[in-house]
Amino acid sequence: MTQTILTVDDSRTMRDMLRMALAEAGFNVLQAVDGVHGLEVLQTTMPDVIVTDINMPKMDGFGLIEAVRKDNRYRGVPILVLTTESDAAKKMRAKEAGATGWIVKPFEPTKLIAAIRRVAA
Amino acid sequence: MTVDTMAAIRLTFFQECEEQLSEMELGLLAMDEGNADSETVNAVFRAVHSIKGGAGAFKLTALVQFAHTFETALDHVRAGKLTPTAEVMKPMLRAADVLADLVEASRDGKEIDESSYAGVAAEVKALTLVGGEEEAEEAIDFQPTVIDFGLPEIAAEPIAAPRHEYRIQFTPHIELYANANEAALIIRELSRLGEVEVNCDASAVPSLDAIDEAGAYLSWTIRLSSESPIEAVREVFEFVEGEADISIETDGQPDVSDADIAALLAQALGSAPATEPEIEVATPALENADVEIGSALSSVSPLAEIPAPETVVPAAQAAETPKAVAVPAQTTIRVEFDRVDRLINLVGELVINQAMLSQRVIEANFAASSSVVIGLEELEQLTREIQESVMAIRAQPVKPLFQRMSRIVREVADATGKQVRLKTDGEATEVDKTVVERLAEPLTHMIRNAVDHGIESPEARAAAGKPAEGTVRLSAAHRSGRIVIEISDDGAGIDRPKVRASAIKKGLISPDAQLSDSDIDNLLFLPGFSTAATISNISGRGVGMDVVKRSILALGGRMSIASRPGKGSTFSMSLPLTLAVLDGMAVSVAGQTLVVPLTAIVETLKPKKGEIHGLGSEGRVMAIRNTFVPLIDVGTQLGFRGTVADPERSVAILVETDGGARNALLVDSIQDQRQVVIKSLEANYGTVAGIAAATILGDGRVALILDVDALVTGSFESQSSDELRYGTGG
Repeated sequence: MTQTILTVDDSRTMRDMLRMALAEAGFNVLQAVDGVHGLEVLQTTMPDVIVTDINMPKMDGFGLIEAVRKDNRYRGVPILVLTTESDAAKKMRAKEAGATGWIVKPFEPTKLIAAIRRVAA
Repeated sequence: MTVDTMAAIRLTFFQECEEQLSEMELGLLAMDEGNADSETVNAVFRAVHSIKGGAGAFKLTALVQFAHTFETALDHVRAGKLTPTAEVMKPMLRAADVLADLVEASRDGKEIDESSYAGVAAEVKALTLVGGEEEAEEAIDFQPTVIDFGLPEIAAEPIAAPRHEYRIQFTPHIELYANANEAALIIRELSRLGEVEVNCDASAVPSLDAIDEAGAYLSWTIRLSSESPIEAVREVFEFVEGEADISIETDGQPDVSDADIAALLAQALGSAPATEPEIEVATPALENADVEIGSALSSVSPLAEIPAPETVVPAAQAAETPKAVAVPAQTTIRVEFDRVDRLINLVGELVINQAMLSQRVIEANFAASSSVVIGLEELEQLTREIQESVMAIRAQPVKPLFQRMSRIVREVADATGKQVRLKTDGEATEVDKTVVERLAEPLTHMIRNAVDHGIESPEARAAAGKPAEGTVRLSAAHRSGRIVIEISDDGAGIDRPKVRASAIKKGLISPDAQLSDSDIDNLLFLPGFSTAATISNISGRGVGMDVVKRSILALGGRMSIASRPGKGSTFSMSLPLTLAVLDGMAVSVAGQTLVVPLTAIVETLKPKKGEIHGLGSEGRVMAIRNTFVPLIDVGTQLGFRGTVADPERSVAILVETDGGARNALLVDSIQDQRQVVIKSLEANYGTVAGIAAATILGDGRVALILDVDALVTGSFESQSSDELRYGTGG
């Protein structure tokens, strides 16, 4: 069955890259431009994996992860953080918020896809 | 992923960069003016951060590094460690300029000499040194990686690699499951590395009534026989680091602990080149160390985690969630420019077709009340609306253009030691994309002039009782179907005696010429007026106001100056909103219909007997009031007829060319004034001297649109009477 990935990133460049890389790997791709938008998309869809950026307007990645984990429906959805940040404290914060994994940009599509496959049931 | 899609993403990246640079500039200016809230600072940070992120994907190293330096400083502002005072904002604004330059250079594949911005980089870096104490050099938290969008492939197994026997003890904590990780998936992942033998220890599972559904009670012992190195095994556990007890023993040897790796890395970083070949840490990129352990790991950070030496944003600060700004996102779609142009062309055809239909209906003598005429009127109205709507697609706000000007003001003010603030107005005013693009250069030049020549030095301003900081205002507004752009300064105004003296010295006017204030101001537009002698190296750059005026005229625009001594000057430009249609005067010449652009026309005259005088063998001049103007016979000039027309049975159209030179065009008669759709002649036929473009008339015939400048120049060349060229200036 085709798996659905929700990517949340405010950069159009990054969204384009993610869409192309993930679509090519056979995933169904949904995209949101920030945390608030991501939560909106989640109202109607249950993705298999969420891939989110950290630095975003309106609601950042931490906020999104916390909100998703608070919602019983999405408790089991793996969330991968994809960001240029590799600061240990931020990484720890994302983990505490409930992130499943952390990938540093710029990403290599094969690695990202491998990571997604690793967390997607 | 194909080369094409990568190219498309690259295009998107640079488009996005433009938007982000614009956002950044706006935010920085707000910070500079001291009215920036935390969201503004965040937005600036994000803009720079995003540029860095995208640049990394395209391996634009210089851009990544500079963006990183800049971002670090912005992060300090964001974290409240750095107050955006004027001293702080100055290097920040310079950094913004450098960033824009680097983006542009990267886009165009050019190199920028690092020394040209090293100073700015150092200044910005200095901002992050708190209390004079240098903080540890912050590592760039990622290395650019060339994105290889090739199909995902499993790395080729090394031939006859040594086999390892691993014994893995894995006890997940509750957090592992809470974060949507799954022990079973991790074990499945391990099984991909080789043969596994899994034993589950369920002894910790409590009795049914005591079970917590979210609890973690199971642990596993896994024997793995694999050719993969230990790093690959560790990588499997990277996401669950800290969320499970993990121990990995190899061939009976206990695994190196995290602490050991950390120590090893620290040693490698602190000392000479790493002795361990798999740990490639040569730069201060400590953060990056975790990315580079082992070849199997690339951008996915593995388990070994080194506490970053970089400043850690206090949790409370970082936790501050920006307030949602109540600006509804505009829904947009991206459309290729070609498609829009095709649509515009088609609408042009529609307009012409509709005009032809109207003409036929008139010829057929339908009654004004007939349904055909009424229906046609409706079609006419609809066509006009479609045309306007389609033109609006190409319309763009002048905001990005105006934003670029604040940089020019900064640069020139810095170079001249002046204090100048740019105030803009009407940035949302929209005009055709091509007009916006072609306005950049003349506008830049005029803004330079305004700061360099208009605004006085702070001392001179103080002496004149003005505030030390001068103001340059840039405004745009729609006025009667055109866009009017004004650049005004509150400087000293045009020094008319000096301008006059300079013009006399250059031989542009005679010493006894009677000139009004406005005439003197307009001398600035004469070719040959603004030469190096009067212009500093800032405004100079080889172009004068005549070139500026020429570019504006080329866009179908008009220019004027107003100046008050001691109060300042205002330059106004009025431009058409689109280049796809043109206001013209349709004239008849030797049975042909020609269109003269209205912007070039000063007045139309009926030559009287005695007003035309011969000059040389072929040349003729026309007396208009007290001056003589070269008379150009359009019919012979364009080769429509061999003999010159009789001026007394013709109409003279007085036109003004570049730099204000006036000439009279002799045509047979004037038909009317109308708006015509411009059709490129180059694209459909070829370049014709003296002709700018063509249009299609209501009767279906092609009418040529005159290129007045080229026609005038051509007439002088054919007569080779150069002395006429400047004889009529003014």
